Amino acid sequence: MAASDIITTTSRGQARERTAEYLVGRHRFRPAEALPWLIAIAVFFIFPERMTFGSQVLVMAMFALSLDLILGYAGIVTLGHAAFFGVGAYTVGLAAARLQWAEPISGLFAAAITAGLVGFITGWFLLRYRGLTLLMLTLATAIMLQETGNLRSDISGGYDGLPGLAFKPLLGIFDYDLYGRAYYLYVLAVLAVVFYFVRRIVYSPFGQALTGIRENVRRMHAIGSPVHRRLVTVYTIAAAIAGVAGALFTQTNAYVTLTVFDFDNSAKVMVMLILGGTGRLYGAFIGATVYMVLEDYFSKLSPTFWQFGIGLVLVLAVLFARRGVLGLFESVGKYVAERKRS
Amino acid sequence: MPQVANIAVSILFDGLAYAMFLFITSVGLSVTMGLMGFVNLAHGAFAMAGGYVVVTLTRSFGVEFIPSLVVASVVVGAVSVVFERWLYRRLYKSTDLEQVLLTIGLAFMAIATATYFYGPIPKSVPLPGWLQGDVNLGFRYFPSYRAFLIVLGTALIAVLWYVFERTNIGAKIRAAVDNRRMAESVGINVDRLFTLTFAIGSGLAALGGGLAIQLFGLSPSFAVLYLVLFLIVVAVGGLGSLKGTLLAALVLGVFDTAGKYLLADAGGFFVYAVTVAVLLIKPAGFYGRE
Amino acid sequence: MTAALQVERLNRAFGALPVARHINLSLERGARRALIGPNGAGKTTLVNLITGVLKPQSGRVLLNGEDITGLSQTERARRGLARTFQINQLFRGLSVLENIGMSISERDGHAENLWRAVGTRREILDEALDHLESLRLVDDALKLVRELPYGRQRLVEIAIALAQKPRVLLLDEPAAGVPSSESHLILDVVAALNPDIAVLIIEHDMDIVFRFAKEITVLVQGAVFTQGTPEEIMNNEQVRAVYLGQEGHRGGRRHGGGHG
Repeated sequence: MAASDIITTTSRGQARERTAEYLVGRHRFRPAEALPWLIAIAVFFIFPERMTFGSQVLVMAMFALSLDLILGYAGIVTLGHAAFFGVGAYTVGLAAARLQWAEPISGLFAAAITAGLVGFITGWFLLRYRGLTLLMLTLATAIMLQETGNLRSDISGGYDGLPGLAFKPLLGIFDYDLYGRAYYLYVLAVLAVVFYFVRRIVYSPFGQALTGIRENVRRMHAIGSPVHRRLVTVYTIAAAIAGVAGALFTQTNAYVTLTVFDFDNSAKVMVMLILGGTGRLYGAFIGATVYMVLEDYFSKLSPTFWQFGIGLVLVLAVLFARRGVLGLFESVGKYVAERKRS
Repeated sequence: MPQVANIAVSILFDGLAYAMFLFITSVGLSVTMGLMGFVNLAHGAFAMAGGYVVVTLTRSFGVEFIPSLVVASVVVGAVSVVFERWLYRRLYKSTDLEQVLLTIGLAFMAIATATYFYGPIPKSVPLPGWLQGDVNLGFRYFPSYRAFLIVLGTALIAVLWYVFERTNIGAKIRAAVDNRRMAESVGINVDRLFTLTFAIGSGLAALGGGLAIQLFGLSPSFAVLYLVLFLIVVAVGGLGSLKGTLLAALVLGVFDTAGKYLLADAGGFFVYAVTVAVLLIKPAGFYGRE
Repeated sequence: MTAALQVERLNRAFGALPVARHINLSLERGARRALIGPNGAGKTTLVNLITGVLKPQSGRVLLNGEDITGLSQTERARRGLARTFQINQLFRGLSVLENIGMSISERDGHAENLWRAVGTRREILDEALDHLESLRLVDDALKLVRELPYGRQRLVEIAIALAQKPRVLLLDEPAAGVPSSESHLILDVVAALNPDIAVLIIEHDMDIVFRFAKEITVLVQGAVFTQGTPEEIMNNEQVRAVYLGQEGHRGGRRHGGGHG
């Protein structure tokens, strides 16, 4: 073998190694990923009087995260994601109010299972459809669940809400104090656990398959991917997570009404996700935080002004910042990298 | 009249009037979605705008109800062209999601604007004498307004049917809905056709909005509350189909009215149950193309 | 010996227009068959019928002796039937490596895994890199598909199909749209295909057809016009008549025709 052959072989081998290293390292935790969590913990110390609000932001972040799985990664557009949030919220609410089951953590599991089950059943039927048909079917599902609750408002409390919700102390120790401090950390911990699982899914081959389905479903069929099964699986998981978010909503508010099923709720979480950036995991966090903070500030000033503002932001986002805040960061990052290179 | 028959007739009559409202407001959405595949969630806002124009004209300028309806339709139709040319046009090739988000954003802005100028409390309109009270149709008295709706609706259906089936323009629209690329290749200017269809559809939506004031009262949330219904009518009827929209409006209108009459609280359920049932069997709606 | 792919009396019409008429076709293991015919002959339709994108109105499709006529596209792909599309169907926003990896993951069931990260299974990575090496795409491995020139994208299209380790491979105009400067890449790949795979290739480019094919099937208006060896077809007067106005042995490249 001539020297040139050795060099060629080696450099080819090097290219392979470099490629392999890149791919293998992609899923490892990066230092920057600690940032959102550090901020969340910092908030605990800096704004101890806003813990109730903080919990709501975290709940919404979880809700948006669940939507990102199906919308950002799998590419399923739905108008009824609030259905699962509502199922989770009411599982915990009804268990506490009607069955006297008020232990918080087991309530979360119950909510996840119930919401996941509803997601599995509806997904199995509905995910055969796309486009307007799917939008209408998912919307109708959410409304029907809401109407069912309205039918038996004696059980559900209707739009006035379930009365008399009180939850047992967390782990038998931490009660919901007036400022909800312990509960804030509780929600943050649950969010961290959920996020860990979602992150693993997203970087797994299954998560990659979801991206494939989103990018080119024709190709996926042709290479033998059981597309429907994949979609139902992720839909079920997303439903379960949305259910947990709903359960936390009920627990942190000690209150739940049928408005959790509103189209408004489905639209709100979609707006949050788009603002932050779909298919980017942390987009859900950014979007939820930005939205909730802005809403809190502006709707106190004037609800009308807030509604107009959010509408305008949406229009501008679609026209100019399609990939949300994170997308903007990425573009800036790329631009800076280009400039450095030249 | 025997009680059961009386109720049945009431249901049919009210259902028919409701169906006319649904048809008038939704037909534009169906044709534009069938023609351009554009998901326009701001359609309800156009209807709402029409309603508020009528309110302003009748209450602040003393214009009569019927002329106000006409003016509202024309004004909203004309304004919609501006939206179509400047905004919607950019998103024809975009994903469903982007169209949904843009138009929801527009709807929010419209609702906020309406709330700012008119406040959140439902408005009503002064009706001319002949539209108030009841009219005697021989065997029974019926509310005049609803009777008017049915007559107007039928007349509009006849006109639309004629335009669709018997005129050149109608043929072009049907061709473009059926196969846009083919239509373009035989020289049909689909872009201009779409602007025209969009204007007429939005004008009709405005008309529907104006007509709805007497039925439901008009508040800014009308834009989103009834949007769901319009979308359902369109999805169940089939995109781009006049027949489909009519059939869907009739089925859903009568079912919803019957549900509310017979089961009060549970009533709202039926519309959605019917929707899911139809879409599961015929995903493209009654007369939609796969 | 059982044929790798057998098509029996396949019939399909769109309304009043028949697009497949009583088609019989057989591919042995290791076959190298070209499917040619004028535009609108129904070539891609036949591929769609074989792969399950379209269902026939009568007739059967057998893969290694198994009747797959009732099976979905996915199930057929899982049984070793792979295809490329006339217009690239790639994951444009993903890297070349991920495109191939997607195919491998689906094939070996790894895509069911929700837990282990992509890239931790070294065998898959190695196999993907092997595929890329054999197609000389390694340098492009981490590039996004949409950044590649069309000719190399076409290679990725073929690579995805090959990564399925198919027993039957259907190539739909692999050279279509590829500029002449890059078409040798496609030619080399097609020439170097694993001799065990049964290959059916739709092509308008007669250069490729005559270099690659051991047998040729001519499809006209949805029906098999004639079949034979390249020499027989080239000398067939009727075939020349069917291609009236077009040269039998083309030197230039043509972009894929409409409904081929």
